[in-house]
Amino acid sequence: MPLVLNEEQRLLKDTASEFLNSQAPVDALRKLRDNKDELGYDQPLWQQMVELGWAGITLPEAYGGLDFGFMGLGAVIEESGRRLTASPLFSSVVLGASAIILGGSEQQKQALLPAIASGETSLALALEESSHHRPTLISTSAEKDGDNYRLSGSKVSVIDGASAEQLIVVARTSGKNGETNGISLFLVDGKAEGLTRSRRWMADSRAVADVSLDGVSVSADSVIGEVDKGWEILDATLDRGRICLAAEMLGGVLECFERTVAYLKEREQFGVKIGSFQALKHRAAHMYTEIELAKSVVLDAFSAIDEGRADLGQMASLAKATLNDVFYLVSSEAVQMHGGIGVTDELEIGFFLKRSRMAIQLLGDSGFHRDRYASLSGY
Amino acid sequence: MDAQEAFRQEVREWLQANCPESMRKPPVREEQVWAGRNQSFPSEDAKIWFERMRDKGWTVPEWPREYGGGGLDESQCKILKEEMKALGCRAPLLDLGIWMLGPALLEYGSEEQKKEHLPNITAGKIRWCQGYSEPGAGSDLASLQCKAEDKGDHFLVNGTKIWTTNADKSDWIFCLVRTDPNVKKQEGISFLLIDMASEGVSVSPIELISGESEFCQTFFDNVKVPKKNLVAELNKGWSVAKALLKHERKLMSETQDNAGPNISPVMAAEHYVGKDANGKIVDHALRDQLTQHEMKFRALGLTHFRSFEERVAGVGEGTIPMIMKYVGTESSKSKEELLLALMGTQALGWEGEAFTSDELLVTRGWLFSKALSIAGGSSEVQLNIIAKRVLGLPD
Repeated sequence: MPLVLNEEQRLLKDTASEFLNSQAPVDALRKLRDNKDELGYDQPLWQQMVELGWAGITLPEAYGGLDFGFMGLGAVIEESGRRLTASPLFSSVVLGASAIILGGSEQQKQALLPAIASGETSLALALEESSHHRPTLISTSAEKDGDNYRLSGSKVSVIDGASAEQLIVVARTSGKNGETNGISLFLVDGKAEGLTRSRRWMADSRAVADVSLDGVSVSADSVIGEVDKGWEILDATLDRGRICLAAEMLGGVLECFERTVAYLKEREQFGVKIGSFQALKHRAAHMYTEIELAKSVVLDAFSAIDEGRADLGQMASLAKATLNDVFYLVSSEAVQMHGGIGVTDELEIGFFLKRSRMAIQLLGDSGFHRDRYASLSGY
Repeated sequence: MDAQEAFRQEVREWLQANCPESMRKPPVREEQVWAGRNQSFPSEDAKIWFERMRDKGWTVPEWPREYGGGGLDESQCKILKEEMKALGCRAPLLDLGIWMLGPALLEYGSEEQKKEHLPNITAGKIRWCQGYSEPGAGSDLASLQCKAEDKGDHFLVNGTKIWTTNADKSDWIFCLVRTDPNVKKQEGISFLLIDMASEGVSVSPIELISGESEFCQTFFDNVKVPKKNLVAELNKGWSVAKALLKHERKLMSETQDNAGPNISPVMAAEHYVGKDANGKIVDHALRDQLTQHEMKFRALGLTHFRSFEERVAGVGEGTIPMIMKYVGTESSKSKEELLLALMGTQALGWEGEAFTSDELLVTRGWLFSKALSIAGGSSEVQLNIIAKRVLGLPD
């Protein structure tokens, strides 16, 4: 289980850092926000990211990908997290493509994966039905209708849900709310009849959408995997998502922290740098220790994906819970230590604060993941 | 098979053949083997295990062979450690000389000093203790007053040292002493080795909140110390001390009290709190607390491992060792508090028939753990060091 990047992965990380520094600084997100951009990300920028190969990093070579592994993708995502870069990398490549790779038919793979890698199409995962991550609480129904299925229900906070070409809709074909059996995954075209999508405008300025399905008809070959048996594919997809989201959060943590430490060395009060005050020093040093632990956890979680380890679920929950807590701590302290300017819109720290709270909720808060970790550990 | 795998195989076979069955589980306190002039062994197996490991050079595998070590490189040491752990082998010999003085002598000692002291350490002949803190010099260690005056052919030492762990059982002490009172406090300190059998040395144990008396106060009353026992140059002791403290902190960050109770937090939760029909710990708040601890512990283990990997690969900032004393001791303390929470009043017994010996060890272990974040540089001192050395925050 490598806990350091190899040379190729380091090179990729450096390239990503340089590219994003020049093309997608935090200010790019501010512009999207100020323009109330419907898409929620910059299409030409996304196209450039695709040309750099990022959309195909984890995809198999047979389907137009680079087969470079999640550790490499994680390095890119961490760098995007530093700049809060908005793009469909997470929704389409991490969540969408993973579901297809893990559970899709040969036909689905051929139809979708090369198109994802080339940026021609994009996917989004329509999962949540409430204000919290509750992946088994699915009441969206899929009823057999001849050779087809009819989908009805409501989804909330679907990441890039309004712009994705196709949605992967998590629906119930049998069983009760809360059960894992009876969950099925369906590919639904974004323009399907009976499907309505509307942007939600969130504090973190990123694009999520509400999706309502009113008897949307899909053919039987839209099922990903088997009917009633979508849970395993979903769970494994979510674990990849949780770990990649943790990497994004780590990027945000590092950026917030470095900016704050720089400020402590520059700001003067009472005739001295405020970084000389022990009240601030100890808090900054404590944060540093938490960040170092978080780095190890994220790296090992990526190893768990790439090595197909049996403890993937535990590592995903460990990574997400750890980064939830560390991002919460560091973003809060970053605002406080910047003082008055910390609460102005002009300073970019506020963008990190807002993103942290949204990222904490996405794919499971710390309570969710500690409960899951405990159950997976047998207590 | 590459050379490392071959070495692993060899180590595994040797340990299988040479480690007595009874040495393959953690020792209780009475079963630990410490170095010393009057070294005694709690059992015949302990003696056999110690002698075999000593002859192999594996009481201190990372030291050069010429001083009785095993001459292993870092990867080989890691393999030996892993294989010993896998088989459950206990440490054959415990001594501060192994963990602290030895590494300092290897870096700062003269060839004569290395030859005189290191082989005695690897062979378990001398037990060492440490003389750093004083009643008036705790976190502000550099303000120490115990003085050594130059008397031509010897130093004359007067003063006292406190928290000298196991001084009452030790043969020699390595000390920080003031050799120049008229310069900046760090610049007038020297590093001196003193034979505890010298005239004028006396020791009195200190009783702690845990009821134990591992810590002592040591007094020096006109003690004559030969000049050859000065390590590094006169007034350069602070550099030695800092290097040595790093070893101590590393050690404390890795401390797993071998003599501790045989109860893990998960076992405690299962036994004292109980599980429901689904196998979940019934008390939700305690279950969450337990999970937080288990997660932290795993993160800590991974970080130790990452530090090793970074060193081997020659990448990274090399700052992990500087945070580990703080993180390791604080999480050890949390673990003890968690055991208390999980075991309730069964973890607050002091003595008597109402408690098992493991339960009584939890009580004592909890109280003893309070010293971890104070000794070897308090947590607050550690945070100061991180702020200054790693983050570069101004004084």
